[in-house]
Amino acid sequence: MARLNVNGQVREHDAEPDTPLLWVLREQLGLTGTKYGCGVAQCGSCTVHIDGAPVRSCVLPVSAVQPSQTIITIEGLSPQGTNALQKAWVENDVPQCGYCQSGMLMAAAALLKNKPRPSDADIDAAMTNICRCGTYNRVRAAIKQAAGETESAGLDIVHVTRSAS
Amino acid sequence: MTEIDRDRARAVQPQALGHTEADGQGSGLQLNRREFLGAAGASVAAGSLVFGFATRAAGQGMPPEVNAWVVVQPDERVIIRIARSEMGQGTLTGLAQLVAEELDCDWARVSTEYPTPGQNLARQRVWGNFSTGGSRGIRESQDYVRKGGAAARMMLVQAAADEWKVPAAECSAAAGVITHGASNRRTTYGKVAAVAAKLSPPTDVKLKHPNDWKLAGKRLARLDTIDKTNGKQIYGADLQLPGMLNASIRACPVFGGKLKAFDAAKVASMPGVKKVVPVGDNAVAVVADTWWHAHKALLALPIEWDLGANANAQQAAFNAMLRAGLDAEQAVAGNSQGNAKEALAGAARRVEAIYAYPHQNHATMEPMNATAKWTRERCEVWTPTQNGEGALAATAEAAGLPPAQCEVYKIHLGGGFGRRGAVHDWVRQAVQIARQLPGTPVKLLWSREEDMTHGLYHPITQCKLSAGLDAQGKLQALHIRISGQSILAGIFPQNVRDGRDPVVFQGLNAGGTEAAFGYSVPNLLIDHAMRNPHVPPGFWRGVNLNQNTIYIECFIDEIAHATGKDPLALRRELMTAHPRHLAVLNAAAERAGWGKPASDVNGQKVFRGLAQTHGFGSYVAACAEVSVDMDGVLKVHRIVAATDCGHAVNPQQIEAQVEGSFVYGLSAMLYGECTVKDGAIEQKNFDSYPVMRLHEMPKVETIVMPSGGFWGGVGEPTIAVAAPAVLNAVFAATGKRIRELPLRHHSLKA
Repeated sequence: MARLNVNGQVREHDAEPDTPLLWVLREQLGLTGTKYGCGVAQCGSCTVHIDGAPVRSCVLPVSAVQPSQTIITIEGLSPQGTNALQKAWVENDVPQCGYCQSGMLMAAAALLKNKPRPSDADIDAAMTNICRCGTYNRVRAAIKQAAGETESAGLDIVHVTRSAS
Repeated sequence: MTEIDRDRARAVQPQALGHTEADGQGSGLQLNRREFLGAAGASVAAGSLVFGFATRAAGQGMPPEVNAWVVVQPDERVIIRIARSEMGQGTLTGLAQLVAEELDCDWARVSTEYPTPGQNLARQRVWGNFSTGGSRGIRESQDYVRKGGAAARMMLVQAAADEWKVPAAECSAAAGVITHGASNRRTTYGKVAAVAAKLSPPTDVKLKHPNDWKLAGKRLARLDTIDKTNGKQIYGADLQLPGMLNASIRACPVFGGKLKAFDAAKVASMPGVKKVVPVGDNAVAVVADTWWHAHKALLALPIEWDLGANANAQQAAFNAMLRAGLDAEQAVAGNSQGNAKEALAGAARRVEAIYAYPHQNHATMEPMNATAKWTRERCEVWTPTQNGEGALAATAEAAGLPPAQCEVYKIHLGGGFGRRGAVHDWVRQAVQIARQLPGTPVKLLWSREEDMTHGLYHPITQCKLSAGLDAQGKLQALHIRISGQSILAGIFPQNVRDGRDPVVFQGLNAGGTEAAFGYSVPNLLIDHAMRNPHVPPGFWRGVNLNQNTIYIECFIDEIAHATGKDPLALRRELMTAHPRHLAVLNAAAERAGWGKPASDVNGQKVFRGLAQTHGFGSYVAACAEVSVDMDGVLKVHRIVAATDCGHAVNPQQIEAQVEGSFVYGLSAMLYGECTVKDGAIEQKNFDSYPVMRLHEMPKVETIVMPSGGFWGGVGEPTIAVAAPAVLNAVFAATGKRIRELPLRHHSLKA
C-alpha cells in the first residue's frame, strides 16, 4: 500500500507506480471531481494542487508524489464551497456543462495564491485550461471578482434563496 | 423498505432521482432506484464515493404527480420534469422557468428531474420529444410544457376551491399559495396536491401573455451550478455502480474497416484485466477492474485490422472530388429566383470566389461513455445523451431485447454539441460489451484519442459563389454552388429524396421561419452537388449554417469591396425585404460604432467586420473588432452580437450561449480541422486539434432583442456569424481574404 496526503487526509492505495495520479484519485480514492479530458496535459480538466502548485494529474505518475506532499482536489478546495472563487463562480453562473470547471477552479485558485490581484495578462497566462462550452469570459470575470478587483461582474443574475424544505 | 416495496415504488413513480437544486443537495444524477441504494450503501462502506442525493425519503411514499410535468410534495417542494437534456446550454433552467411561470409556484422550492425514456414509452410519450438538438429544447416544447404548468395550477386551484366549496374562478394562486379573497382563506399547493392529482385535467388551458411573466424572461440563476463548482456533479464518466467493471475500446482506425484478430493472451495477465472482447465487427475492448487498467492493456493489445475499401483514402482526393463538384452539371437547387445563369452570362461584371470548409470533431470535454448492464431479461444503460429515446432504441437493438425490457437513465452531459444525439454508437458498443458479461455493469469510456478519431464530423464542403453586377455595380445575379457532404445521406439516408438534402441549404432558404436567406437578389440560384467522402458526418453545433454563413457573408463583403461600397451599406440595400435580419445587423453595427473609427489598442489599428444570419429560428448578427500586428498575429478584441430569438426566457443564459458560440465558432475558424490520411483521421488529441483558449477570447457584448411573435433557439445560431465577422475584419485589416479554413494555415503577415 502506498500513501498519499489528499485533502488533509492520509489515503492508501495499491495502484501500480506508473498509474497517473488522476486515475488514482478517481478510481482508487473515489474523488471523481477531477476529470479526464485528454490524458496528455493539454486540457487541464485534471488540474489538482500539489503543495499549492497547479499540476495536470493525468500525466503525473503517482510514484512521483511523495507521501509528505499535500494534494488538494476540487473536493478539498473548501469543504463548504466557501472559497471566494467558488462563490464568484456560483454568483456569475460560470459553468455551462461544467466538465472542465473543476480544473478551471483549481487553476484559478493556484493563480490567486501566487497573485492575489492578478492582471488580465496574469489570468491569460495562468488559465490555459480548455472549455468547449465557452465560459472563458465569465471565468475571467469571476476571478477578478474573487480577487476583489471588481465588486461584481455586472451580470445582474437573480439568485433566489432556496428554501430548506 | 424491502426490495419489493422499492420495486413497487419504481413501478408507480419515476425512477429519476436526479434532482438538481440550487441548494446544492441535488446531484443531477439519475439511477435506477435499486442500483442507487446499492451504490450509496457500497460507497459509504468503502468510505469513498458518496452521492449527494436530494432527500426524497423513500420510506414515506411518493406523492402523486399533479400531471406529467409537475409533482408537488407535502413539504411544498415542487419537482418539474424535464424531458430535454442539459448539456450546459441551460435548457433545464429555462424549461423549469416556463413551467413554474404558468404553475405560479415558489421558484425557491423548485427542483427538476428527468423522466426516463422507458417511462415516456410506457406512457404514450406523455413528455413528447426527448431530442435535444437544433437549439430546439425551448422553442419546440415551450407550448406544451407551459400548458403542463398551467393545467397543474388549474387543478391545484380547483382542489382548493372544491374543498372550500367556492368557484375556482374566485380563487387565485401565487408562489404556491392559493387564496380565496372573499372569504380570506388560504391554502398551499402541498396541502391540496394529493386531491388535485385525482381531478380530471382541464381541457381549456390558457397561457399567460409574455408581458405578464414573473419568472420566465428573468435573469434567474441556473439550477445546476453549485455541484459544478465543488466536484459533486456526477457525469457519465464518473459513474460507479456496485460490481462495475470498466472498459476501454479501440475501433478500426479506418472508417468502414473491420476487426480481424486480437491476441487477448498477451494482455490477460496484466493488472486488473478481466476480459478482452470483440465489439460489433469493427472494435475490440478490454474490460478490467479500473479504466486505467483496461486502457493500459488496450494499448498493449496486439490487434489486426481489415482496413477495408477506404484504406487508401486521402484528404487531397476528397478536396479534388469536392472541387469538381463546384462546376458539375448535376446539382440540386435549394433556392431559385429568376434565371441566375442567364443573368450571370449577360452581366456587365462578375465577381467570383471559391471557399472551403473542413471536417471538424465536436470534441466534447467529456469523451463518449456509457454504462450498461445486460441480462437475458433486461438491459439498462446510464449515459449522457442528447436524445434519451434514441439511446433507448440503440440499447434495445444492441441488447436484442424489446424496448419495454430496456431502460436508459440520462446523466447531465459534459458537452454535447450534436455528437451525443443522432447516432448512439457508443451506447451500442457499451451494450455489446455488457452482453458478453451478463449481469455485470460495465462502464465504457472512450479515450480522447478514440473520441477524436471516431467522431461524426462536421461535414466538409466547398462553395463557389458567382455574382453578376450591372453597369452601375448593382447585384443582379448570384449563383451559390455548394459541393460536398450531406449529413442526412450519412445519418438518415431515408430523408434524402431525389438526391436532395434540405439541411444543406441552412441559412440560404427562400423565406420562411427557419434559416431564411436574408438578401433579395433578382436572379438567384443556390444549388448543391452532393459529394460524400467516407468520413461519417454528423450534426455539429450550428450544423450547415456555420459554413454557409461564412460563404455568403464573406462574399457579400467581397462584392462590397469590388464595387467600392461600405459592407453595411450594401447589406442594407439588399436586405430591405428582410427587416428582422436587418434589425439585428443594425443593432450590432450601431452598438459597435460602425462608420466611426475604432480606437487603437496597444498601438495597433483596429478594424471591423460584419456578419448576419437566420437559423434555428433566430436572427443574429455580429460586428467583430480585430487587429493584426506586423508579425501577422491576429487579436480579436471585441465582438458585439445581437440576437432576436422572439421570446427571451432567460437573458443571462442567452448571453452565456452567445459568448460560448464565439468560442465554438472561432475555435473552428482559427484551428478546427480533421484531415484524412490512409483512410483515418490524423488528429488525435488537443495537441493536434487545437481549440481556442481563454487568452484568445474577445470581449463580447450581447444585445438580446426579442421582437415577439415567434420562438427561436439560442444555442447555435451565433456560431455561424463568429467566423465571417472576424474574417471580414481580417480583410479590412490586411487586405487578405481567407477562403479556406482554418485560418492557421494562412499567414496574415503584410
